[in-house]
Amino acid sequence: MPHFDAAYNLARWLTRNDQDAEDIVQEACLRAFKYWKGFSGGHCRPWLLAIVRNTYYSWLRQRSVQPELTEDGEIDDVDDGIPNPERALLQNADRDMLKAALEDLAVEFREAIVLREMEGLSYKEIADIAGVPIGTVMSRLARARKRLQIYLTRTAPENCL
Amino acid sequence: MTTCKETKGFLNAYVDGELDSAGSLAVETHIRACASCLSDVENLHALASAIENGSLRFKAPARLTRNVQGAIRAANPEARSSIFYWRWASVLASAVLIIALTWTVTTRWAKSSQETLLISDIVSSHVRSTMANHITDVSSSDSHTVKPWFSGRLDYSPPTKDLTEQGFRLIGGRLDYLDGRPVAALVYQRSQHFINLFVWPSNSLAIREQEQLARQGYNLIHWTRSGMMYWLISELNLTELNECARLLKE
Repeated sequence: MPHFDAAYNLARWLTRNDQDAEDIVQEACLRAFKYWKGFSGGHCRPWLLAIVRNTYYSWLRQRSVQPELTEDGEIDDVDDGIPNPERALLQNADRDMLKAALEDLAVEFREAIVLREMEGLSYKEIADIAGVPIGTVMSRLARARKRLQIYLTRTAPENCL
Repeated sequence: MTTCKETKGFLNAYVDGELDSAGSLAVETHIRACASCLSDVENLHALASAIENGSLRFKAPARLTRNVQGAIRAANPEARSSIFYWRWASVLASAVLIIALTWTVTTRWAKSSQETLLISDIVSSHVRSTMANHITDVSSSDSHTVKPWFSGRLDYSPPTKDLTEQGFRLIGGRLDYLDGRPVAALVYQRSQHFINLFVWPSNSLAIREQEQLARQGYNLIHWTRSGMMYWLISELNLTELNECARLLKE
């Protein structure tokens, strides 16, 4: 079930834990089943992922948890990039470090990275899922990647340097 | 000449393949002369491949799959007993009517409509295969496993080319039914996208040059060669699907 794994992967990255992710996916699949009639065609994976995302946000509201807010806008930390010698750190980043770096991102950055890098969705599809303009997707991805790079190069173990 | 500040804003879109050809060209021209932007692009590639190679995708536990199927069944029965059946009955009745009407109208254009019908069957087959838990009957990236699997099931032997090294991983094969006969479906995967290749013997030996079309957001490529018909379909963009067709024809 390819789309089922995609649904779980997104839910797992949004909630950052197994149990909540399972609850979200179960609820989202029931919703998908209910709204199947309203599915107007097109690709069903982005459609299912949009339902997973909406389910996650209503689940947050029900638990009256405020999602961590970050402001979209200009890329705040444009600088001369990461110095070359540190590219090795990015290339050698192991799974645990990457996972920690991703989990440290604000939720809208995290979802953009997951949808783009793991699901291979286009900017247009991500924009539709997140309900934001394509330009916002572009700037979220840019900022998310900048933060990941900074996180990975800062927390690298000493012996890598 | 675009400036550094302008270019920086588009580097992510460039790496993601989201710029049009003029935009890509502008970035490529700029990074050839600008070490800072080139370094940024290389860092973005390094990060992308770290994420891709980091096995960061979570797989749904088997327990969850069972729970969800159970929950859907549990939510379903009442709907099924009342409205559900009536709705289906009316759908069926109108379908019968539509078929009867189209039958009388389309016999004249039988030939062209046959192709239209075939195309919509191919699209449906593709969508079904990715939606339900049934993309392959035989799962293997080894063409020597997939090819013999078909031999007892079809009266022809489909080519089963593995293109893993070229980025199109053969994940298996499936028996499907198209054009009034059982046909071979070979399944390839590129990142998260599935590609179905339907192959069956054609009635004519004429070589038909490649045709491409788009239906319901899917791209299809069709060609005929050595007495076989080939239909390639995927949600993948046309450039990559063309590349796949080219490799298959090689």
